[in-house]
Amino acid sequence: MSRIAQRFETLRTQGRKALIPYITAGDPAPTLTVPLLQALVEAGADILELGVPFSDPMADGPVVQRSGERALKLGVGLKDVLSMVRAFRRVDADTPLVLMGYANPIEAMGTDSFLDQAAEAGVDGLIVVDYPPEECAAYADSAKRHGIDPIFLLAPTSTDKRIAEVGRVGSGYLYYVSLKGVTGASHLDLSDVAKRVPVIRAATRLPIGVGFGIRDAESARQVARCADAVVIGSRIIQEIESAGAEHAVARVKTLLAPIRAALDAPQ
Amino acid sequence: MQMYDLPDARGHFGPYGGVFVAETLSQALEELSAAYDACRRDPAFAAELDYELKHYVGRPSPIYHAKRLSEHFGGAQIYLKREDLNHTGAHKINNTVGQALLARRMGKPRVIAETGAGMHGVAAATVAARYGMECVVYMGAEDTKRQVQNVYRMKLLGARVIPVESGSRTLKDALNEAMRDWVTNVENTFYIIGTVAGPHPYPMMVRDFQSVIGRECLEQMPALAGRQPDAVIACVGGGSNAMGIFYPYIGVEGVRLIGVEAAGEGLATGKHAASLCAGRPGVLHGNRTYLLQDGNGQIIETHSVSAGLDYPGVGPEHAWLKDSGRAEYVAVTDAAALQAFHDLCRMEGIIPALESSHALAHAMQIAPGMPRDARLLVNLSGRGDKDMHTVAERSGIQL
Repeated sequence: MSRIAQRFETLRTQGRKALIPYITAGDPAPTLTVPLLQALVEAGADILELGVPFSDPMADGPVVQRSGERALKLGVGLKDVLSMVRAFRRVDADTPLVLMGYANPIEAMGTDSFLDQAAEAGVDGLIVVDYPPEECAAYADSAKRHGIDPIFLLAPTSTDKRIAEVGRVGSGYLYYVSLKGVTGASHLDLSDVAKRVPVIRAATRLPIGVGFGIRDAESARQVARCADAVVIGSRIIQEIESAGAEHAVARVKTLLAPIRAALDAPQ
Repeated sequence: MQMYDLPDARGHFGPYGGVFVAETLSQALEELSAAYDACRRDPAFAAELDYELKHYVGRPSPIYHAKRLSEHFGGAQIYLKREDLNHTGAHKINNTVGQALLARRMGKPRVIAETGAGMHGVAAATVAARYGMECVVYMGAEDTKRQVQNVYRMKLLGARVIPVESGSRTLKDALNEAMRDWVTNVENTFYIIGTVAGPHPYPMMVRDFQSVIGRECLEQMPALAGRQPDAVIACVGGGSNAMGIFYPYIGVEGVRLIGVEAAGEGLATGKHAASLCAGRPGVLHGNRTYLLQDGNGQIIETHSVSAGLDYPGVGPEHAWLKDSGRAEYVAVTDAAALQAFHDLCRMEGIIPALESSHALAHAMQIAPGMPRDARLLVNLSGRGDKDMHTVAERSGIQL
């Protein structure tokens, strides 16, 4: 059983929901990525999503775009991100870690070479935003053979046919993007989440994470009523951006802790 | 020659093309594919498009035998397909008319577009005004400064121009931002992409709308020049004017297809925009194609005197035509393109766009080595009025 599957299994027996924070690797400084990941775990993260900076992040809103630009200015590439994962694994062997990014940096490294290195570094899952299941059957198979879960996105507009397809090709968990738009948008539609998640659940046995637009303890708590996991990204990056390098680690802990508490509070 | 029937149902040209987008866009693209398929089969749509192309755009555009220019270089006869004579001054409108008619059929009252130099933005704003649609054009903040007049033209036509401040603040970032707008407003919005790139069905659809250029040439060349050309030459940025003139000639034996990329200050300097000549395959803007990228797979900035060729990718069908050997791709420097620009001005009384000047420059390079009865057909994709400032500046003249 993969680290991700194991984590969801443990949470299920405890009757708890997974908290999945996202940060961009290398922002605000490459030396801070591992301390930030550790801080997120201490504040109650169950699974970590680490963003790989890309020059053309088509699906991201301004907050995640800016964090990627800051990391790129510091010269952070996919190789550096893998080094950060290795460094994190030396201090944390248990928390599942998912890389999230775009196809081109991976293809530039060579997909097989990347998967070898990612598996060796201790990556548990991959979200390649611009790899829909139809375009990447070989990649998904190869990732699985490397012990890495290929995780796919679903949207409010996804048809039943696509939901079934993603449930078949993907593993680890499904990532339901809870709104039309880019990361960090503010209009989370809770009634849509409540309506769509059961439809997805009927089509797959994978755990369902919900993200895009979750900003605080209250929205996290409401989403967790129907989802297995709550993904929170732009709000954390905003906190890092405003805190600056010196205070970023302390501030993300302060931000995440009450969200953890809200998820664990009796509904 | 085998029947050429690319792309496949999911937009693949061999290993290139496809639909590499976030899940949030998949449904919109499927809806667009279905709507476009229906229109392709509908004679009423074709009739409507033909009417607009004839009466609004001014088609067919003529082919002109540039006799003085040919005489000067002393070899092959150079013929010019005059897309510069179209309404709005370039080939771009062939495509925006088609996509606007499709948007109207799909009941989308709002259109968006990306633009680099501004020619596609102007063509999109033009058709939006013509069909009474709301229009938003995304343009890199750098480009809005370089192309002040085109920004004003778009505003005169009723469009809202949004400067894009992210990334390198140029065309590729404008495309990213337009995609983000589309994801967010997909219910009432149609995205008019200006070139043969992007996710399927765009490369196919834009090619189809632009291929009116080549279809006219197939009829015009025998009438004017006695036979089909020995070579068809067109500039390639994203590659829409080249695909438009190449496509009907793919199955015509004995006709070389030559795409001309921007070599900027020279391929060796790294300051160029020649994705096919100097790039390698990757994934950007929804398709797999040749890209200019660094060792980490980050897309790099491009350089060309011609803003319309300043794009780090290229349409996936060109990538396929290159690999298959059916088309050849070369690159021409800023300096050679500027020389061709001046030559055409002085010898034929035609001021070409700097983009088209790249194609002309290559024709001028190969014509002297060819017999006098050889025929070169150059796609003169646009007129050069928009380039007055750039050319003057390069000549050390303050306007």
